[in-house]
Amino acid sequence: MIESTDIADTLVEAVIGAAEARAPLCIVGGNSKQLLAGRHCDATPLQVGGHRGIVDYTPEELVITARAGTPIAEIESTLSAEGQTLASEPPRYDGAGTLGGTLACNLSGPARPWSGALRDAVLGLRLIDGRGQHLRFGGRVMKNVAGYDVSRLQAGALGTLGVITEVSLKVMPRSEFTTTLAFALPAAQAIDTMNRRAAVPSPLNGALWHAGRLFLRLSGAQSAVAQCAREWGGEPVSAQDAPWESLREMPEALFDQAQNQPLPLYRLSVGSASSLGDLDERCIIDWCGALRWLPSEQALSSVHAIAAANGGHASLFRGGDRSGEVRAPLAPAQQGVQQRLKQAFDPGAIFNPGRLYSWL
Amino acid sequence: MTGRSAISAQHRALLTERLLACLGKDNIVLDVESQRPWECDALPLYRDLPLLVALPATVAQVKTVLQVCHEFDVPVVARGAGTGVTAGSMPHPEGVLLSLSRLDRILDIDPLARTARVETGVSNLAISAAAAQYGLYYAPDPSSQIACSIGGNVAANSGGVHCLKYGLTTHNLLAIKALTVEGEELALGSAGLDSPGYDLMALMTGSEGLLAVVTEVTVKLLPVPQAAKLVLAGFDSVRAASDAVGAIIAAGIIPAGLEMLDRLTIQAVEDYVNAGYPRDAEAVLLCELDGTEEEVAEHTATVSALLGELGASTLHVARDEAERALLWKGRKAAFPAVGRLAPDYYCMDGTIPRAQLAHVLEQIALLSKEYALPVANVFHAGDGNLHPLILFDAGNPEEIRKAEAFGARILTLSVEVGGSITGEHGVGLEKIRQMPAQFGEAELLLFEEIKAAFDPALNLNPGKGIPILKRCQEYRALPARHRHD
Repeated sequence: MIESTDIADTLVEAVIGAAEARAPLCIVGGNSKQLLAGRHCDATPLQVGGHRGIVDYTPEELVITARAGTPIAEIESTLSAEGQTLASEPPRYDGAGTLGGTLACNLSGPARPWSGALRDAVLGLRLIDGRGQHLRFGGRVMKNVAGYDVSRLQAGALGTLGVITEVSLKVMPRSEFTTTLAFALPAAQAIDTMNRRAAVPSPLNGALWHAGRLFLRLSGAQSAVAQCAREWGGEPVSAQDAPWESLREMPEALFDQAQNQPLPLYRLSVGSASSLGDLDERCIIDWCGALRWLPSEQALSSVHAIAAANGGHASLFRGGDRSGEVRAPLAPAQQGVQQRLKQAFDPGAIFNPGRLYSWL
Repeated sequence: MTGRSAISAQHRALLTERLLACLGKDNIVLDVESQRPWECDALPLYRDLPLLVALPATVAQVKTVLQVCHEFDVPVVARGAGTGVTAGSMPHPEGVLLSLSRLDRILDIDPLARTARVETGVSNLAISAAAAQYGLYYAPDPSSQIACSIGGNVAANSGGVHCLKYGLTTHNLLAIKALTVEGEELALGSAGLDSPGYDLMALMTGSEGLLAVVTEVTVKLLPVPQAAKLVLAGFDSVRAASDAVGAIIAAGIIPAGLEMLDRLTIQAVEDYVNAGYPRDAEAVLLCELDGTEEEVAEHTATVSALLGELGASTLHVARDEAERALLWKGRKAAFPAVGRLAPDYYCMDGTIPRAQLAHVLEQIALLSKEYALPVANVFHAGDGNLHPLILFDAGNPEEIRKAEAFGARILTLSVEVGGSITGEHGVGLEKIRQMPAQFGEAELLLFEEIKAAFDPALNLNPGKGIPILKRCQEYRALPARHRHD
């Protein structure tokens, strides 16, 4: 039985109090991502984890609405009972990861290039802004273009624009059948192969390279998966030995953890077919090439320069100096717009100060 | 209609002189008669003429137009192909109409990374045509795709018949370049699948030209599906057809397209193009399944069996590509076919939860009697996105009034059952009065603040998309041009 508690009124009061006192808040869901994705944030915690439970779920509508503190794992088990799933495969972090926090960080698993991010599945949400107003954007329908897409704007905003209290998501039927194929290949050849495979019709929905092996995951109607597996060959990998679960929860677990002190982990978002040269051999290459995890002691600026040369950007995902910037700098015009947007949502600058950027 | 400009003749002459110097006389349209092609979009109920039409041929010229307009503090209305149906790109009488149709170059197609980088004026279909040689295509396919521009698609977050499975414009973009109202460049998104900071690309998509002017778009391309099959099912009642829609989805199948046509539309389509729909049916469902050969065969069998069990009076799988194309032709010709039944039609765009389909269609039928105006329904059933076509005569002012009132009732009904006033067409000028039915004052004020974060003087497409509340007009001391109440 899933716990259901509505503490929205308490949250609104807390925000109004903080706004009046000009006392910043650090928004906490399940406390699973405090040490990753963003900068260190020093403020009074606002506990959202108690605001939980599924508000509405109608399988034939493909829509679920849940309070922000609901663990992703609970949402998944509810969907699973109806043969449905969150197509973006967000991490569950041992049951601690919540819906609100996962959307705020916009974390997605290996299916992301084919099935979209959590960002893509958002249909609407409720949000407490910096004035303590409990607002509603989007809805529970598949298409809605009235007003600005404030719901999707929360994806990746790390809670700096407001307290997400409730989210409606599009969900998908779970794939009938899944299989994994492995191929021994160097990184450069694997990047080429995964992109070539993605350019032809197939049930492909996972492509990873790590430590000399390319893994391709096929998922869909059984007949289609079987036919494709026959055509592509490779070595079949059992569900237990397939890397997708580790990749979804904690990609660095795939690295050889021989070192006592693990290196800071960088996340490079780049063009899927781009080559980072020799560096690729040291990466975990996910998202069909569009996401590369790199352990490195180098500064953000030098890692970012490599990503930028390939059309993308880098961020310091875990470890390293989290009091400095952990994301790539923005051009002045864009930075200005972002600062004014923050001001529009949170005029007293009370939400997660400095978590996304030092200047937000 | 609004009268000609309130801007002083001297100010106007100076602005014109500056733009002529920057763009050359071939890229500026000044006289009223030559401006007629730009006076409205595809909703001719609303029309107006701008101070001038600017037709820049390069991004640098777009930038110049924006800089000059900013300096003169005049409104700018960006326009793609003008295929919108909400008067979203209707000119502003005191402003410049910025036509982006000459920015129509395909800049780069990367078949390995499966991306296309194009200028804003390139048509939706031209992207798929250019990608076809690599076995790739651009998925969102609004019915105006032969003409509509990708920049306009971004402004509207356009959908199409395949968006239940393949998503809207917002799901198929990688990056956009835009110019702010001051003419400064914003590079949003990236070659990867996300970008640092706030997701401004999400905010720009569907913003109806109110936040910035899109100049370049990088889209994702998908492999052309190996196979596609179209299942046609006729039903004796709209309710039975509506229930079948939910049943297909509940069976775990996401069709590439799932469309419904009601009796009036079926008759109109058959009279117009002879698509082969069953004339005796109250409703027809078109269900397209695509994917690999094996997948399509499996899903076609499942869907056919399901529709049979649900009491379809006609059940037919298109024999070949020619018949599939003909059945789709009927759907795509539905608007012009219905258009032959009356002097004019007014197309609504509400979206509702699928479970409410039968209820809402029955309510629309009752409203049709109340207003004594016929209505034809043809819509994206899989998405719950309705397109009721209200038939009327625009030559009769009383009928215009009734059609607008009828339309407003349909939109209110959509919101009441948990839906939206617009699923894919946008708000524009047409639905701006219905925005308060969907949003409270606090949400509308935040929209206004978002607008101001990009465009503090509210000069980009003023009067469209989001209502500027009276309170805000006073607070910002805005000129009367921003009012629309």
